[in-house]
Amino acid sequence: MGRKSISRLAGFLGASAALSLALTGPVAAQDTVRVGIVSFLTGPAAVPFGIPGKNAAELIIDAINEGSLPAPYNSKGLGGATIEARYVDEAGSVANQVTEYRNLVQRDGVSAVVGYVSSGNCLAVAPVAEEMKTLTVLYDCGTPRIFEERDYTYVFRVTPTATMDSVGAARYVIDKKGQIPNFSGINQNYAWGQDSWRDFVLAMKTLAPNATIDRELFPKFLAGEYGAEITSLLTSQAEIIHTSFYGGDLESFVGQATGRGLFSRKTMVMSCGESAMFRLGNRMPDGTIIGARGPHGVLARESELNTWFQKAYTERYGTPPTYPSYHMAQSLLGLKAAWDKAAAAKGGKPTPEEVAKAFEGLEFDGPSTRIQMARAKGHQGISETAYGTFKFNKETNKPEVVDIVRYPADCVNPPDGVTSQEWLEGGMKGAKCD
Amino acid sequence: MAGGKYLLGGLLFIVAAAVGPFLPAWLISLLTISLASALVVLGLILLWRAGLVSFGQALYYAIGAYAVALMMRWTGIHDAFVAVIVAALAAALTAYLVGFLLARYREIFFAMLSLALSMILYGVLVKTEALGSTDGFNVSTPTFLGYAPHGFALTIALYWFALALGAVAAMCVSAYMQSVAGALAVPVRDNEIRVEYLGVSVTKLIHLKLVIAGTLAGVGGAVAAMSISHVDPAMSYWTTSGGFVFITILAGAGSVAAAFIGSILFELVRTASVALMPGTWQLILGTVLLLTILFVPGGLASLFVRRRKVAGEGAQ
Repeated sequence: MGRKSISRLAGFLGASAALSLALTGPVAAQDTVRVGIVSFLTGPAAVPFGIPGKNAAELIIDAINEGSLPAPYNSKGLGGATIEARYVDEAGSVANQVTEYRNLVQRDGVSAVVGYVSSGNCLAVAPVAEEMKTLTVLYDCGTPRIFEERDYTYVFRVTPTATMDSVGAARYVIDKKGQIPNFSGINQNYAWGQDSWRDFVLAMKTLAPNATIDRELFPKFLAGEYGAEITSLLTSQAEIIHTSFYGGDLESFVGQATGRGLFSRKTMVMSCGESAMFRLGNRMPDGTIIGARGPHGVLARESELNTWFQKAYTERYGTPPTYPSYHMAQSLLGLKAAWDKAAAAKGGKPTPEEVAKAFEGLEFDGPSTRIQMARAKGHQGISETAYGTFKFNKETNKPEVVDIVRYPADCVNPPDGVTSQEWLEGGMKGAKCD
Repeated sequence: MAGGKYLLGGLLFIVAAAVGPFLPAWLISLLTISLASALVVLGLILLWRAGLVSFGQALYYAIGAYAVALMMRWTGIHDAFVAVIVAALAAALTAYLVGFLLARYREIFFAMLSLALSMILYGVLVKTEALGSTDGFNVSTPTFLGYAPHGFALTIALYWFALALGAVAAMCVSAYMQSVAGALAVPVRDNEIRVEYLGVSVTKLIHLKLVIAGTLAGVGGAVAAMSISHVDPAMSYWTTSGGFVFITILAGAGSVAAAFIGSILFELVRTASVALMPGTWQLILGTVLLLTILFVPGGLASLFVRRRKVAGEGAQ
């Protein structure tokens, strides 16, 4: 019995030791660059954001390695070095994410990390990245706090902040509906929902000073059942209802609200609507105002790069790319542009500092639009944004977005050095919209 | 016998501290986090022995973490020693207060009530937008009595700090388990009425255990907050508590050492699964738990205890 137990314990310890040893792979060869890709592969944020992000990473990295991207990204690899990607799941606690980030850098020897959907994870990982002097591009998180709370040398975010999404939504509502008397909102009771609603309300205060808030609902994240909220919205005076719902919450809300006829009387403003429109199809109500956290997907400008991206993505994954895919694609392309620039200037493999220097203030084209790294000392990207109105095309049996309005970057993003909150509370001074 | 155990423990502590600088950096921070969990699990083991499973240990863990984070944010004091004392006091006070309620409940009612209390804290933190809601906020870099390390030196300093706290906690918990109050845990689980007839108040006994377990969890939270330099409300979410219970099942309630081995093993298996099967790593964790319950129902601790018993029988 005793011997058996000891051997069991030994087996246990041995197996786990072997497991962790197996992870210490060989050192990257001279002409390869290891890049860590972190995104939700499991959990509620995987289907709407994490997987589309990871899919785009696979597609873009393969294309970069083959050199098959349209110009100006048609050179092979990062400064000629092949990318070797390591994928990590973003699910789990912040402690897990910080541990896995350290593992990526110190154990797996990655030279750069591109990832993170959750703002909490971005906030936690950024200081660690800085401490470890590792190039890190945050790809999908929206909180403006990251570069407002401190300065970074090695951390970048190509994707504009969530402030742009709420300001864009407010501008579109005013442009299309005029000076509305009141509006309501239903948002998830966590940072994303709270911030989105707060920014939307502040923007509306400037754009429609007389509009009042009618209903302000905060069901809990992943509630799944919205009976009481729908009743409240049905009896609301306001025609416009703002929501930053996404994924399962958005789909179940739309399903339940359709059954009760909410959409025949009200117009929804969905700042993340685009990420669900292909899954919802004709269940999405016509006339819904749709955002994509930037001018992505159906809101994207036509370009050779976008055509390639749409086609290659749809062929490989069977569904068109949604905005998280665009966020990942533009983050990787930004990294490539900076890396190639630094490598060309040096004529060899650049150091992280040289890539960071090249990245600061860079201007480059993503698949959907042009990105300027023009905020937070050149570490935070801005771009134009777009909103549109959903329409299900019965002839082609495909969802469409019509009546698209574009807002230039300086119209929907705070000027450099001004925090989002200050800018919104101060009446969005310095916004250039023509 | 007991002396030998302390000697062995002390020896292990010295070895663990000595090999620190020679380990790869990622492993050191992983061990620091494991030590933070081990502190919480030590407390859970104390409760477990009395037949109580707390699904709300994350309450004290989060209180400890937030106490450190807020102290550094508001007062400008960054000393790790002060931080741990503040965290321990905050968690102990919380445990003492909720203890008046919790100590009267047993079994599923105890488990659910403790879970509910931690979820109240979660709800409050999520509503507190000034503290970043679910995003949480960063914790400043700690100093150690004036010594302010950075980079690798900080990693190793935090590891030694956590190791020292772990050693002190292990010693105290071990001493407590051998005391009369500690030894009464198993009788309490088996037959409370008989224990009452011995002239001991079971409610008070359990209240004390709650405070000890809460304090340990608070210290664990403080170490975690300094090690990952970020706090967020998910620290008090029930899945965090569930994770600690998971480790307790893996470790078993028989020994203090098991809490540490269990925590390190859990973290190693988790990180290995994430790296090997990024999309399905939870499957490996679940399988490990299932196999543990099936083949080592007493947890890792039962392996040591059984071995010792067999050795004793041999001597007879």
